[in-house]
Amino acid sequence: MVAKRIIPCLDVKNGRTVKGVNFEHLQDVGSAVELGKFYAREGADELVYLDISASDEERSTFTSLVEEIALGINIPFTVGGGISSREDASRLLDAGADKITLNTAGVYNPELIDEIARKYGSQFVVVAIDAKLSDDDGLWHVTTHGGRRFTDKELFSWAREAEQRGAGEILFTSMNHDGTRRGYPCDAFARLNREVSIPIIASGGAGSVNDIAKVLTEGKADAALAASIFHYGEISIGDLKKQLSEQGITVRL
Amino acid sequence: MIAIVDYKTGNLRSVMNALTRLGAEFVLTADEKELRRADRVILPGVGNAAEAMANLRDTGLIPSIMNLRKPVLGICVGMQIMCRHSDEGDVDCLGIFDTFVKKFIPTEELKVPHTGWNTIGNLESKLFKDIKSGEFVYYVHSYYAGLCPDTIATTRQGILYSAALKYENFYGVQFHPEKSGDTGERILKNFLKL
Repeated sequence: MVAKRIIPCLDVKNGRTVKGVNFEHLQDVGSAVELGKFYAREGADELVYLDISASDEERSTFTSLVEEIALGINIPFTVGGGISSREDASRLLDAGADKITLNTAGVYNPELIDEIARKYGSQFVVVAIDAKLSDDDGLWHVTTHGGRRFTDKELFSWAREAEQRGAGEILFTSMNHDGTRRGYPCDAFARLNREVSIPIIASGGAGSVNDIAKVLTEGKADAALAASIFHYGEISIGDLKKQLSEQGITVRL
Repeated sequence: MIAIVDYKTGNLRSVMNALTRLGAEFVLTADEKELRRADRVILPGVGNAAEAMANLRDTGLIPSIMNLRKPVLGICVGMQIMCRHSDEGDVDCLGIFDTFVKKFIPTEELKVPHTGWNTIGNLESKLFKDIKSGEFVYYVHSYYAGLCPDTIATTRQGILYSAALKYENFYGVQFHPEKSGDTGERILKNFLKL
């Protein structure tokens, strides 16, 4: 049986990793390549690097960083952040990325998902969805710009559409939970699992081993992505996976 | 010297990077003479089997590949197109391995594509020297090769299928050794020693 994956997420600016609580307050936590190698040695199943650069100059720094990462680590890695065209995707593929995440650009230009999946394969395209549960209508609204802007899309129908357009995986972040460390919305993840047949990566909200265990069991997620609990060394990936295994969850040890 | 067959398939970079990490010399080529000169040949592959077959046919290399007597390793779609036929694009393939490539049927418990780390078992080849049954390797695929006498490793994802195949000097792996951490590196090293 395929193992549940544990994926540390590294936000990158100028070749360094940073992590923001709710994406707003940033704090430097280390070198992107070295931290990636460290996590790979600890047992990370995959890595995600998000480029949070603002300028084109920083973007080209990121592309050379992707080349260094591809040469340095021997597990799969995904890159994302600001990918808005097939050319961006192709540049990152050539640099050695195994997958890319499409977020805002996919929402505003859904054909981009079809175009990239057709050209480079579904395995290359992870559609990232940042959604917010509205206390007004009880629906999960897809947002962009780190949860600051609402769109006209709803989480479950958008996930189905992304799958039909050729997404190979869905990375879902609840903007109500991201950065709060209160756990994941497991009911929403379980429903997402019924709605689509591609793998689902749970992101945003992990505060403890139990939070991660719950989203992988009750939430039926295929993978859990987290940042701060790893970056600040509160729990090592090795210990986390050992504890998940003791709870009967299949992980790669 | 290892020749990596350049037939315009997806991510060749990851195979090249893995060989660089192992300190192996390689050349990316679609030149028949280079294939003949090499000690080993790798047929990589990502994406659609029918397109991969069409691209490989365009290189004109198929007869020389079929005649190679040195170790050849197909990876992922590279392995699938060494089978008899693939349902992906309903395409006849090279027919080196005596099996057929079919699509996984998704269920609530069985995600397609099969993405992530899964175990290999029933290991029967020097390709898996010092690899233990139950070690994890990395997969991304929606189609699988059925079990057959050429099967030298198996994986279970809903059903039991061929994780690796061998016929004479031809080897194929469904997983990505170049992305499978230390286990993958040991398998690649074994291939370099065959």
